[in-house]
Amino acid sequence: MRYDIVIIGGGPAGLSAAIAAYDAGCRSILILERDVQLGGILNQCIHNGFGLHTFGEELTGPEYAARYITQALDRKIEYKLNTMVLSISEDKHITAVNREEGLIEIDARAIILTMGCRERSRGALNIPGYRPAGIYSAGTAQRLVNMEGFMPGRRVVILGSGDIGLIMARRMTLEGAKVLVVAELLPYSGGLKRNIVQCLNDFDIPLKLSHTVVNIEGKERVSGITIAEVGPDRKPIPGTEIHYDCDTLLLSCGLIPENELSRGMGVDISPVTNGPVVDESLQTSIPGVFAAGNVLHVHDLVDYVSEEAAAAGRAAVRYLSQGETAERHEIPVTFEGGIRYTVPASIDPKLVADDLVLRFRVGGVMKKRVVKLLLDGDAVLTRKRPVMAPGEMEELKLTKDMLDAHPSLTRIHITVEEA
Amino acid sequence: MEKRELTCIGCPLGCSITVTLENGEIKDVSGYTCKRGHDYARKEVTNPTRIVTSTVRLTGSTTGAAVVSCKTAQDIPKGKIFEIVAALRQVTAHAPVKIGDVLLADAAGTGVDIVATKNVQ
Repeated sequence: MRYDIVIIGGGPAGLSAAIAAYDAGCRSILILERDVQLGGILNQCIHNGFGLHTFGEELTGPEYAARYITQALDRKIEYKLNTMVLSISEDKHITAVNREEGLIEIDARAIILTMGCRERSRGALNIPGYRPAGIYSAGTAQRLVNMEGFMPGRRVVILGSGDIGLIMARRMTLEGAKVLVVAELLPYSGGLKRNIVQCLNDFDIPLKLSHTVVNIEGKERVSGITIAEVGPDRKPIPGTEIHYDCDTLLLSCGLIPENELSRGMGVDISPVTNGPVVDESLQTSIPGVFAAGNVLHVHDLVDYVSEEAAAAGRAAVRYLSQGETAERHEIPVTFEGGIRYTVPASIDPKLVADDLVLRFRVGGVMKKRVVKLLLDGDAVLTRKRPVMAPGEMEELKLTKDMLDAHPSLTRIHITVEEA
Repeated sequence: MEKRELTCIGCPLGCSITVTLENGEIKDVSGYTCKRGHDYARKEVTNPTRIVTSTVRLTGSTTGAAVVSCKTAQDIPKGKIFEIVAALRQVTAHAPVKIGDVLLADAAGTGVDIVATKNVQ
């Protein structure tokens, strides 16, 4: 099998990339999806709040997905469901497997990586105690309740105040469970204020900041959880333990881009984002291999995933028509003032086709700041930020006009300063 | 005099807003830093509303789906949330279901319908 563009993953990023690539003129596109349906994780996110930026209305996850699925079907974009990609070689040879066709070999001229992310597991968190049934990632519980129709438990403790954990606190409550507490290791929640109010406060569920789980009890099934306060060193403080009788522990402790396939093919991965290092075209270290969405860096809003993935789709089509540019002059994007990373990590001004969105996150909560984008020391963009937090992705739009005004550009720099 | 403490949901700043009420009438709003916060606080103490999202049982799905997701077609009074989810326990939908199909009309006497949010064969 040969396709011009193969897209790995049929979630919001994959769908948007496929639609944009089609609209840019490509007619040989294949989406490979391991689940039984397109739409990815949106299918289990039945709460509303998606699509405000894109559609100007608040949709639920399945509704948001359906809009993109409809667009993909209208364009008759090919896709394979129940299909697991096993490996991708550096020369874009894809090995996948499904029940109908067995082992599938596909050659692609360009590949877009849109595999999304995974939740941090108990093993990665190092929580002491027994290993009984009743410990789930919040996303697993979400899938069980919202798609399979099962309740994972009746008395619940949640560790981590990420948005999925908060959403599940409300969801489990509405389905009849008692959510006893949400414990958060950090002194602030990574979740949206709106979710803290509407998922916890509305149901009188306590949020204990600077707390973590110090013991899990129960041999067959969880029978109790002990949490304790942590000090500034994030270590439990003896004497602050609180015990809860419960049968379930949900973990909502962060998301990690899923890059086993990317690593396998030799794509450079950023130690900060755990996603591929990409240039202005969202192209990875392997020419013709692009990445977008949560596989690249974890987003807060699906609207931005769709937007980013559409840019990757268009860039893949440009790559196909222009081939690998003979000479690249990538300027690294440098930064200071608490910024942890930027996507893209480098820019070749000559290859910027549209206005370019620079996305980044800061490492801590900061108030009254000014963000500046400097081209060769020229502040081309200045933006006041009353508050910045690690949980909120920031973005700056670098326009073609700004770049054209700096024809011999050598330095692209972003600063965050006190206002 | 009654004082209500709220956290604004308008933006990441999350201002703490205090609303002072007397006989159910708003006497004072303080702590907000923009108009959105002021408006949010007034609505939240006089007429708090929410969109409720949930699932109902599903039969006859050719893809094996056991439930279908749904929501209230409009905001409902916050105090009606539990009555609505209780009413949804009595509902069984039959596939195929399309986005927007009414699964339960006038849920819990709110005058608001429950509509499907997913296409299921």
